[in-house]
Amino acid sequence: MARVRVQAEDFDVGRELESLTHGRTDVGGLASFIGLVRKTNDGQAIQGMTLEHYPGMTEKALEDICAQAHGRWDLIDTLVIHRVGPLVPGDRIVLVGVASAHRGQAFEACEFIMDYLKTRAPFWKREDTAEGSRWVEARASDDVAAERWKG
Amino acid sequence: MVTLLYFASLRERLGCSREQLALPSGNATVSSLVEVLRNRDGGWTEAFAPGKSWRVAVNQQMADLATPVKPGDEVAFFPPVTGG
Repeated sequence: MARVRVQAEDFDVGRELESLTHGRTDVGGLASFIGLVRKTNDGQAIQGMTLEHYPGMTEKALEDICAQAHGRWDLIDTLVIHRVGPLVPGDRIVLVGVASAHRGQAFEACEFIMDYLKTRAPFWKREDTAEGSRWVEARASDDVAAERWKG
Repeated sequence: MVTLLYFASLRERLGCSREQLALPSGNATVSSLVEVLRNRDGGWTEAFAPGKSWRVAVNQQMADLATPVKPGDEVAFFPPVTGG
């Protein structure tokens, strides 16, 4: 089972993670990742950013990534929440939560979901700096991180 | 006809977010659509020049130049993704 949400509003981390284990006694490990807006990128101060996405495809891509994770590891539940629209430094961007019987599976699946999200889910960041706004360039290191899950 | 969508920097560069396009005759693929776009004036030729880094999805699934395109399909072009 996997749940995916794309939304403008912030999320309550505690409540969302709690939802992965609430009423269950088979979860032995819950791994999570939270991505935040950093105040600098490529040496420049960031005043804010806007996240654009492809409505419809984004949700499908996230669901597909979670389904792949469920196929590769023995997971009980997964959750991905990703924000869109205007954000400022310190804001949360993304939450991934993975519940499993054992920690190893949860840690690996959480990292896999983030690596695939960064290279396959249709989101684009535009940063605002003192010199104007710029589209963030994709990083080769993200492709390398995703490649390691192949084979 | 197919629906074409453009996102992020590509959308801004082309000044277009959505359009309807008649399919090229014969067995259309993403490649034959790109050929049509590349033959347009202005920034289109440059944006779709060989070697340019863009991605394509057909009906909201990642695709490539060889992917077939049929009437009613939704074809989206966009830069490499930068979420997370």
